[in-house]
Amino acid sequence: MSKDIIEVNNLNTYFDDHHVLKNINTSIKSNSVTALIGPSGCGKSTFLRTINRMNDLIPSFRKEGEIYYDGKELYDPSVDVVDLRQKIGMVFQKANPFPKSIRDNVAYGLKIHGEDDESKIDKIVEKSLKAAALWDEVEHKIDESALGLSGGQQQRLCIARTIAVQPDVILMDEPCSALDPISTTKIEDLIHELKKNYTIIIVTHNMQQATRVSKYTSFFLNGEIIESGLTDDIFLHPSQEETENYITGRFG
Amino acid sequence: MNKHLEEYIVEKSLLIVTVISIIIILLIIGFIFIEGMPAIQEVGLIDFVFGMEWSPSNDIYGIFPMIIGTIEMMIVSLVIAIPLSVGCSIFMTEYANTTMNKILKPTIQSLAGIPSVIYGFFGLVVLVPFVRDTFGGTGYSLIVASVILAIMILPTIISVSQDALLAVPSTYKEASLGLGATKWQTIYKVILPSAAPGVITAIILGMGRAIGETMAVIMVAGNVVQIPGSLLEPLRVLTSNIAIEMGYAIGLHYNALFATGIVLLIVIMILVLIADYIGYKSRVQGSGDL
Repeated sequence: MSKDIIEVNNLNTYFDDHHVLKNINTSIKSNSVTALIGPSGCGKSTFLRTINRMNDLIPSFRKEGEIYYDGKELYDPSVDVVDLRQKIGMVFQKANPFPKSIRDNVAYGLKIHGEDDESKIDKIVEKSLKAAALWDEVEHKIDESALGLSGGQQQRLCIARTIAVQPDVILMDEPCSALDPISTTKIEDLIHELKKNYTIIIVTHNMQQATRVSKYTSFFLNGEIIESGLTDDIFLHPSQEETENYITGRFG
Repeated sequence: MNKHLEEYIVEKSLLIVTVISIIIILLIIGFIFIEGMPAIQEVGLIDFVFGMEWSPSNDIYGIFPMIIGTIEMMIVSLVIAIPLSVGCSIFMTEYANTTMNKILKPTIQSLAGIPSVIYGFFGLVVLVPFVRDTFGGTGYSLIVASVILAIMILPTIISVSQDALLAVPSTYKEASLGLGATKWQTIYKVILPSAAPGVITAIILGMGRAIGETMAVIMVAGNVVQIPGSLLEPLRVLTSNIAIEMGYAIGLHYNALFATGIVLLIVIMILVLIADYIGYKSRVQGSGDL
């Protein structure tokens, strides 16, 4: 049984007076995939961005309650947000490679953390691209612009870039929403590989995707977690009526 | 009215307006060339451009000191203005909060609205005596002219480079921060390189204004025709030369002033082309490997 890597106690978040997340209590198991599902605007992405403190960029953001990561409260003044984001990486909804070469995209995180041994960087770049199942496709054009890659390749590059800084947790905010089915399958296969070494939290609007990739699922509705548990239980025997209505497509 | 006719009339009227603006510009350039060419023919192109002496009473017309002076003044003012203005635009886009920007933005914009004679007057009564008392000399100098110009081009460079910084997709910023980069790392490794073409455009615009500025420079530069050997020496720039002498110039002298205008036009064109090329290079790199 894997341990809880993230624990959330009575989390409430606000943008100005807008109460987005309401009394969230949940935990995330390490080295497994947790899917966050729910209709648009229910707070899934806000929850994800609260975990790596991306919401700090928004001045009106405010949070109450606690999130413990490895036993430490994430918003404690002693926590260095820069270190934290290295430990909790993020893959965004829309692939966002830098306008740099493929190699430089993956090397970026290493360089900002002070790595300047080029041969070591090359090794990690290769390892990360292999882990993201992209190496074979880009090996021959590693110094070309990342913007020349297809959408699916760009998203896998963003995953490689995240892996390169060796995080513990990878947050994925609808990583496949802009991709075709074949690219989606590749990313899902990749998630299966990655969960051996990383804890993955994925926001998805695709019910099938949630059942395919995740072991645990939390169902969000109007800023609250209605139900959490093993994905199989949630989808086969939902205990709440709202959950059943949502996963059977009656709303959302 | 018939829709097609309306469409036709609008299109043709816009064409006419466009053609008129271009013709006006071409007429002015043509006029400058017609008035200026006799002087260049009379004096000789080499003697005119590379001549070290400007002495209309002896019919000697060499503008080389003024060409060099113009370029020196432009470079010194850019050296002062670029760090200040680019730094300021980074602060305003990335660090300042909304309240600060509400004060900073209009303040900087109003700087652009101050007439150049006011800047010149300030330089004359404040900076010139200050330089004279502190460093010696007359105070009318390259450094005072450059400082005044630098202040004058600040608002242009700040607001245009700010637009360039704001245009950088926020996804780049998020990606960088999400990888654990600090704010400053994100700014100089991702945001600034992405905004580089726009920032360079801002600098070109500032440069154009610096070269073309006449009034403020006349008031503080001393207007002695010489290549300034140090920051404290006076100089005369191409625009000042025309403005100072046009009131009484006749004959060859009059043509020589227009010829100065031709040279000014060409100097500006060369500088814009160079700057454009740098901008193009960084744009090409922007899509490749920064």
